[in-house]
Amino acid sequence: MITDETIAYAAALAKLELSGGERERLKKDLSEILGYIDRMNELDTDGVEPMSHVLPVTNVFREDVVTNGEDGENLLANAPDRSGDSFRVPRTVE
Amino acid sequence: MKLTGLTAVELGRRIKSGEIGVREAVEAQLDAISAKEDKYHCYITVLREEALARADEVQKGIREGRYTSPLAGVPVAVKDNICMRGVRTTCASKMLEEFRPPYSAAVVEKLEAAGTVILGKTNMDEFAMGSTTETSFFGETKNPWDITRVPGGSSGGAAAAVAAGEAFAALGSDTGGSIRQPSAFCGVTGIKPTYGTVSRYGLIAYASSLDQIGPIARNVEDCAALLELIAGRDERDSTSVTREGPAFGSALSGGVRGMRIGIPRGYFSGGLDAEVKDAVLAAAGVLQEQGAEVEESELEAVDYAIPAYYVIASAEAGSNLSRYDGVKYGYRAPGCGGLQEVYKKTRSEGFGEEVRRRMLIGAFVLSSGYYDAYYGKAMKVREVIRQGFDRAFERYDMLLGPTAPTTAPKLGASLGDPLKMYLGDIYTVAVNLAGLPAISLPCGRDRAGLPIGLQLIGRPFGERELIRAARSFEQTRQWRLPAAGCISDGRGGAAEREAV
Repeated sequence: MITDETIAYAAALAKLELSGGERERLKKDLSEILGYIDRMNELDTDGVEPMSHVLPVTNVFREDVVTNGEDGENLLANAPDRSGDSFRVPRTVE
Repeated sequence: MKLTGLTAVELGRRIKSGEIGVREAVEAQLDAISAKEDKYHCYITVLREEALARADEVQKGIREGRYTSPLAGVPVAVKDNICMRGVRTTCASKMLEEFRPPYSAAVVEKLEAAGTVILGKTNMDEFAMGSTTETSFFGETKNPWDITRVPGGSSGGAAAAVAAGEAFAALGSDTGGSIRQPSAFCGVTGIKPTYGTVSRYGLIAYASSLDQIGPIARNVEDCAALLELIAGRDERDSTSVTREGPAFGSALSGGVRGMRIGIPRGYFSGGLDAEVKDAVLAAAGVLQEQGAEVEESELEAVDYAIPAYYVIASAEAGSNLSRYDGVKYGYRAPGCGGLQEVYKKTRSEGFGEEVRRRMLIGAFVLSSGYYDAYYGKAMKVREVIRQGFDRAFERYDMLLGPTAPTTAPKLGASLGDPLKMYLGDIYTVAVNLAGLPAISLPCGRDRAGLPIGLQLIGRPFGERELIRAARSFEQTRQWRLPAAGCISDGRGGAAEREAV
């Protein structure tokens, strides 16, 4: 069962603000979904190695050299707010 | 036969011979889009001026021998989670409503190098999260077979465009079925390639260990040709691989004699619609008549694929989408007093409900105290599922089943019950968890006239066998577009004899 505290904790981790109505809806949805997900526990996975990648690929190395060119202006063009060559955000340190 | 009813490969052939001009093809396609878009809404952005300018450049390039691929001059569409430099790429989200990528995806570079003409960016579920294309910030796409129904998702705009005659072929992406399920619902053909076959560079990430780009088209030959254009190792995606036999276009002939095909028993129980079941088993019978050895088979841990998938996909999505913070690009909520407020308001206002739901699931299953029970467990279940496929492929060359348990549902019937919607992914998600290739192609229609999809699942890098078997089956069938008549491969085949 998902409690108000659990929803608040997950929302804080995901950096989301939830309205009261939405919190109730999500509490119900998540209870149902996680209840279904709990079925995984029926399957015995003792001694099974967790799989994080499907292909037998391990580390992929390349030379540590810069290959992308000077693209700053192009990247900054999408910024919601900028100041010169920087991204601008509201003051965070008083 | 109208020009827009040709298959992509046939159009490419006629362009190469000079019978059809590239501009003529592009104009015909743009006219069809203008005529139908109000009804179906397949596209988020149509690149009218760009496509017309590009048509002339491509025509010149074909004349000068620079563009020699089978699809040179063919107009195609790409899903709107695939970046095109300078072209609005939204992921169907308010978060990226005005985002213009500073670079193009590897697959876009490949389409351009092959001389195709990209017509526009197709509609999808927001950030590819959904099975109906109804979670798009830009409004739903309608199924061209019945506009009261969904086209499937998340690549619903791409599949609907191909079905409606608004694109000859399209690129989609498939994380848990997002190419195959809309292909099934729209009566077209789609391939989810083996993980690592196609570079994900420039694909806006959803769940990186599952995502793969693939073709959606009107038949197997078109899919094979398009897949061949986009496959290949790319240094910018470290998970892409150098693989054997990427010449998919030459894999069509040979038939299925001697192929061993397993039908997982677990795929034919539970919520499978009776008409879908009959059509899929009838397709198995056709392959058997053509010489394949078809029998019922076991597939372990099938029932645990959906739980494992939603844990892993949501966890990876939660991580991938943490980049949308209102600072570097995309939406920023107005009037925020501090940085934390920027993050929270931006994400709460910029993401739609289904994305927020998965962000919460992702944060929960990765949080301390729950990580082992959910994420850790799901990764072990994933390994058990992969081993189950390994064992099946010791006996069989491929597995056969439905793509989806039903035909396309009505608009508005799915989003109210997210768990029920997730359960519709039962036949597709295991393929992504195991990184396998699979194809969905039409195998009939239900009493309401809605298309039914047949899914063939191959062993890793077994696309050539899938293409060969699918082509063999396809040649026994007559396929039509929902409104625009029949598909023509220009050889007066079965499809054309049924022309309306």
